[in-house]
Amino acid sequence: MKLFRIRGGVHPDDCKAMTALRPIETLPLPKALYVPLHQHIGAPASPVVHRGEHVLKGQLLARGKGRITAPVHAPTSGQVVAIGRHPAHHTSGLPTETITLKPDGKDEWLDAEGPSVDPFARPPREIGALVAESGVVGMGGATFPTAVKLDLKARYALKTLVINGAECEPYLTCDDRLLQERAAAVVDGMRIMAHALGVKEIVVAIENNKPAAQAEMEAQTRSHPQISVAHLPTRYPMGSEKHLVQALTGLETPALGLTADLGVVVHNPATAAAVHDAVRLGRPLVSRVVTVSGGAIRKPKNLNVLVGTPVSDLLDYCGGFSAPPARLISGGPMMGQPLPSTRVPIVKGSNAILALTAREVPKQASMPCIRCASCVRACPSGLVPLEMANLIRTDDLDRAVDYGLTDCVACGSCAFACPSHIPLVQFFRYAKGELAARRRAEHKTKETARLAEERKARLEREKEAKRAAMAARKKKAAKAKAAKAKAKRTAAAEGA
Amino acid sequence: MIAALLSLTTLGLALGVLLGVAARVFKVEGNPLEAEVLAMLPGSQCGQCGFAGCAPAAAAIAAGEAQVTVCPPGGRNLAVALAGKLGVSADLSDVSDKPPTYAHIVGSSCVGCTKCLKRCPTDAIIGASRQMHGVLVDACIGCEKCFEVCPNECVEMRPIEPTLQTWHWPIPADVT
Repeated sequence: MKLFRIRGGVHPDDCKAMTALRPIETLPLPKALYVPLHQHIGAPASPVVHRGEHVLKGQLLARGKGRITAPVHAPTSGQVVAIGRHPAHHTSGLPTETITLKPDGKDEWLDAEGPSVDPFARPPREIGALVAESGVVGMGGATFPTAVKLDLKARYALKTLVINGAECEPYLTCDDRLLQERAAAVVDGMRIMAHALGVKEIVVAIENNKPAAQAEMEAQTRSHPQISVAHLPTRYPMGSEKHLVQALTGLETPALGLTADLGVVVHNPATAAAVHDAVRLGRPLVSRVVTVSGGAIRKPKNLNVLVGTPVSDLLDYCGGFSAPPARLISGGPMMGQPLPSTRVPIVKGSNAILALTAREVPKQASMPCIRCASCVRACPSGLVPLEMANLIRTDDLDRAVDYGLTDCVACGSCAFACPSHIPLVQFFRYAKGELAARRRAEHKTKETARLAEERKARLEREKEAKRAAMAARKKKAAKAKAAKAKAKRTAAAEGA
Repeated sequence: MIAALLSLTTLGLALGVLLGVAARVFKVEGNPLEAEVLAMLPGSQCGQCGFAGCAPAAAAIAAGEAQVTVCPPGGRNLAVALAGKLGVSADLSDVSDKPPTYAHIVGSSCVGCTKCLKRCPTDAIIGASRQMHGVLVDACIGCEKCFEVCPNECVEMRPIEPTLQTWHWPIPADVT
C-alpha cells in the first residue's frame, strides 16, 4: 500500500517493551465500582436505577439523553449502594455524578444469549441503534459516541473505514495486544462497522514497531479482499486521526473539518471489538483493556478491567509502586492527563495508567526561546508554535487563533522538541480553554441582555393589562351608574 | 485685484454651500459612541456600576468619565472589548478581584414575600406570594439586588465553582 509523508513529528523513546509481550490479564472483581454517568463527549446520561436496587451485569444504569450521548451499563452484577458525586477521571479532581455498585461476586449477565440474526442481513440503521444502546464510544481516548459516527453517511460521501492501530504514544500496548489476542473480534467488528457506514474499503493501519499485530491482522484478513493492512512508519503523532488519514491518502483534512470531508472515517480497534460484542453477543461496553506501565510500577501489565474499577486496584494488582512516582498519568505520556489521586475510576476512554519516575519525566526549567524553529519543524499541523506561544503570553488570543491555534491537535511534539523546555503545548491547551471560557462569558452577556429585554416587555405588558382592566372597570361603573339613575327615574315616574 | 476677489468669494460660497449640505446630510443624533457602548453592555440595568442603568453608564463610559472596568457582570471580556472600542488601555487589575457569584435562596427561611423576584433584572427568581422562591442559576448575573432586599437575609451569594465542563488548564508557569 502506497503511503504519503506527513509533516513534522518526533521520535520519543517508545518504552513499549515493558508490556508489549504481556498477554492481557483479567483483573479480579474489585470491592466497589464507581461508574460515572458522563464517560463520553456529549450530554451526560441520567440514572434509571435507584439506591438499593440489585442489578445484573450489562443492565442499563443510566440512559443517554439528547442526540450526542451514550448510556451506561452495570459492569457486574451487584447492588447499587449510592448515586452521588465521586472524583472524576480528570486532572481537576472535581466530582461528577457517579453510581456506586457493590459487586455480589457472581458476575451474572443480564442476558447470556445474544441476538442471533446475521448483522449483514440487517439494515445499517439497526446496527447503529444497537451500537447506541450498548453504550459504545470511541475507545482511543476521545470517547465520541460511536453510533453518532456510524451515522455520518447521511451527510458525507464515505469511501473508507480506517482502523487506527497506530498506537503512537509511548508505553501504550493495549491496542497492540488486543489486535493480537482478539483479532477475529476486531476484524468482525470492523466489517460490521463498514456495513453500517456503507463503505467497501477498510484499511487497518498499524505502526512498524508492532510487527506481531501486523502479521496477525494480515493472517485474519486474508479471506477479506476489501481489508488491507497498512504498515505505518514509526513516528509520533502517526495515530492522530487527521495525520493518519494524510499518511494513507495524501490529503489534508480541511481546517475545522472532519476526516469525513475526505470520505474517511477513523475508528479504534478496541471500538471495533466493542461493536462486535454489542452486535454479535448483545453485550454492552462494560470493560476495556488498560496498559499499566511506567518506571515506577513493579510489574507492568495489560489488564482487562471493568469500567468503574478504582485506579488503586489496578496499581495494587501490578505490585504497587517500586519507586515513588513523579507523575501519575491517564493515557500516554505525550497527550495524557495527570491524575490527582488513585481513587478515580477507570472509564470507557482510559487506555493506560502510567506511573512515571522522576528520571522518565525530568523537570527542566524553561529557558528563553532562541528561535531555533525546532518546534516549527516538529509541528505536524504546519503551525508556528513559538509565535503562537508569544501571542498567548501577551494575552492576544485572537491573533493566536489567526496563527492557527484551532488547527493545533495538542500532540505535544513542539514542547518535546523544544531545546529550551518551553511548555509550548501547555500554552495552547490553556488558550483553547480560555477561549471557550470567553465564548461562554460572551454568550452569557448576550443572554442577560435578552432576559432584561424580555423583562421590560413583560412589565410593559402587565402595565398595559392593568390599564385596560382599570378602563374596563370605569366603563362598567359608569354603565351601572347610568342604569341605576334610569331605574330611579322610572320608579319616580311610576310613583307619580 | 477683482479677479482675486471674485475667485475667493466664489470659492468661499461654494465651500460654504458644500459644508451646509454636508451638515444636513451627515447629521449625527447624539454621540454615536454612546449607542455603540450601550449595545455592548449587558443591558440588565442592574446598577452595580453605580449608575442608574446601562444607558447612563454607557454615556459616562463614552465621555471618559467612567472606567471601562465599571461593569461587573460584563467582566474582563467586556472591559477589554470596551478598551479596544475607545482606544484606551484598560487597567484590568481591579476586574478579577471579585469572582463571579450567583444567588442562592435558603429555602428554610424564605417566607415568600416576592420582594426579591420583583427586583431581579433578569427574571431569574421564580416563586409566588407565600411560596418558597428559587433561583435559576444560569440566568442569575450575581447583581446582589435580591441579596440587599431580602428581609429575612435568606439570600446567599455563592461563588460559581468550576465544573468538569468549564474547568480548563491555567497558563503554564514560564520563566521567559
